[in-house]
Amino acid sequence: MKMLKTTLAVLTAAAALGATSFAQAGATLDAVKKKGFVQCGVSDGLPGFSVPDAKGNIVGIDADVCRAVAAAVFGDATKVKFSQLNAKERFTALQSGEVDVLSRNTTWTSSRDAGMGLVFAGVTYYDGIGFLVNKKLGVSSAKELDGATVCIQAGTTTELNVSDYFRANGLKYTPITFDTSDESAKSLESGRCDVLTSDKSQLYAQRSKLAAPTEYVVLPETISKEPLGPVVRKGDEEWFSIVKWTLFAMLNAEEAGITSKNVEEQAKSGKNPDNARLLGTDGEYGKDLKLPKDWVVQIVKQVGNYGEVFEKNLGKSTPLQIDRGLNALWNNGGIQYAPPVR
Amino acid sequence: MQNQIGAQKGFSLSDPRVRAWLFQIVTVAFVVGLGWYLYHNTQTNLQHRGITSGFDFLERSAGFGIAQHLIPYVESDSYARVFVIGLLNTLLVTFIGIILATLLGFIVGVARLSPNWMINKLATVYVETFRNIPPLLQILFWYFAVFLTLPGPRGSINIDDMFFISNRGLNMPGASMADGFWPFVAAVLLAIVAVVLMVRHANKRFDETGEPFHKFWVGLLLLLGIPGVCALLFGSPVHWEVPQLKGFNFVGGWVLIPELLALTLALTIYTAAFIAEIVRSGIRSVSHGQTEAARSLGLREGPTLRKVIIPQALRVIIPPLTSQYLNLAKNSSLAAGIGYPEMVSLFAGTVLNQTGQAIEVIAITMSVYLAISISISLLMNWYNKRIALIER
Repeated sequence: MKMLKTTLAVLTAAAALGATSFAQAGATLDAVKKKGFVQCGVSDGLPGFSVPDAKGNIVGIDADVCRAVAAAVFGDATKVKFSQLNAKERFTALQSGEVDVLSRNTTWTSSRDAGMGLVFAGVTYYDGIGFLVNKKLGVSSAKELDGATVCIQAGTTTELNVSDYFRANGLKYTPITFDTSDESAKSLESGRCDVLTSDKSQLYAQRSKLAAPTEYVVLPETISKEPLGPVVRKGDEEWFSIVKWTLFAMLNAEEAGITSKNVEEQAKSGKNPDNARLLGTDGEYGKDLKLPKDWVVQIVKQVGNYGEVFEKNLGKSTPLQIDRGLNALWNNGGIQYAPPVR
Repeated sequence: MQNQIGAQKGFSLSDPRVRAWLFQIVTVAFVVGLGWYLYHNTQTNLQHRGITSGFDFLERSAGFGIAQHLIPYVESDSYARVFVIGLLNTLLVTFIGIILATLLGFIVGVARLSPNWMINKLATVYVETFRNIPPLLQILFWYFAVFLTLPGPRGSINIDDMFFISNRGLNMPGASMADGFWPFVAAVLLAIVAVVLMVRHANKRFDETGEPFHKFWVGLLLLLGIPGVCALLFGSPVHWEVPQLKGFNFVGGWVLIPELLALTLALTIYTAAFIAEIVRSGIRSVSHGQTEAARSLGLREGPTLRKVIIPQALRVIIPPLTSQYLNLAKNSSLAAGIGYPEMVSLFAGTVLNQTGQAIEVIAITMSVYLAISISISLLMNWYNKRIALIER
């Protein structure tokens, strides 16, 4: 009898273990609608991209992309929950279904797009890798960094690109890797390393957190392409289209001059046929994406267009003061370009 | 007799032997089936989601630099080589940590039993402090509060123009092979053989005639003398290269990076606090009658401890000591917090992130830690058996 009981117990445990519930491809939208919120993976604290503010809410351009997706799906930008992930756990969290979308300043590369069961849904921010040094070193160019000790965040594309750059230019360096970007910044301050290297947007963000930001300078060289964008699981075309077109909608809104202030009246007036299509007054483009008709109106009203979001998180009014640069619209000197909604 | 009574010809479920076989076959089939089912399920799911699996990634080129590598390494080497480097770094910390922690632990443990009030209390304070603070905090303390607050390379502490202490680590003269290297190695091996033979001969002579032999001093003479003579004949075995400050860092010579120093120091001090308590309990477990008997034979404190108490106390000390060694080996994985490039931070951190193959990487890492721990336990169990008291 005791033998039977133990056998039965082991069998049930095995059945529970073996039944790995993996989300059916194509079912993320259904699961999200049933849950009532979007689970968004963000970083563990990168100013301008995803960082908790004084009240504990996550603010930043990556967080706003997730809020825009929630606004599109639910009509309510607050229906989103954030998971703070470090560089090591970000992909496994998405692969396993723990988060629905990863909006975590992740670089779009072929190995990530193809070999991991994930797809990138667009580019939130075109970035590149740069170097942050103390002005005391008297270095004005990255080519003078022979023999330097470099602080890097472990497991990022930064490690690979920095190694390639130093090799290609015949320079030697010693890498010190850390788990979080905060630790690497602390080591730069203490002098353990001469240079901090990361995406340039991260360098500006980290510099703003240092004790004496004016003592540090970002060197002019950009040594690689780092297009940062949101990531979703492969095999789920509906959800992929929704995230992709949310980003495109924000860009299209900025291109059309639609801001969070004038979106309501633009939607009502319907004079401009392009805007009418974008804002849902004309046509069933929202239905194609399985979204409500006014999905763009909700995005722009509750979160803002791309320019507003950029300005709010990374622009002149913030300590980061990053120029639009490459991230300006295509007709304004940058390369952000969204296909039309029609 | 019992079997004969219950034995019946043919297959019958009421036969206890038949039941035993049946249950065992069913259990084995079940366990194997479960294992196969889990493996097959995981494979299917991975394929379904388009996640690459398999161990081919080990041959891909790594592409990133490593701060400390005990074997030669360039960025174009494979992930497999990165794995070996991480493993060597882990073993380095474990090995040094075990030796230093044992030494320190024994000293502190004996100190806690000292009749001298000052030494006793100091040892108690040491044990109570370092036993009760989590190891990661101790590592972070040593690294951020001690080693990183040292001056930069341009203002480093200079000893004799040969040793430099800065927050880039301890820079020391580096040795490289010269002409006299291989003869020197041969001479060292020869000296070791000579010492072993001498000890055996001395022990045999002592057993037969009772004449003591100065094993220690003769052994030391052999170990120093034979290689020394060889060095005189064949030339110095190594070239020394002194570190020089060029630009950002020191060039030439060897360097002990502060991450390694902080990790080893923190782990040594933490584990030694536990070992001290184990040693103290081991010594207390030996009955006081032994000490009294030794005293009445005229033995003083030192020889009593060394020749009478500790050999008996080792029976009690070795098993929990093994656990502490395993703890030290596993705690070395906390190095990821300070950027020391050992297995977890290098392989289960960087490589996992770049290839995305979490299952294979974590499985390899877990197997390696299991292998290290099992090797340590096997070694300690063998030693335990060897020194066990044979009771009649």
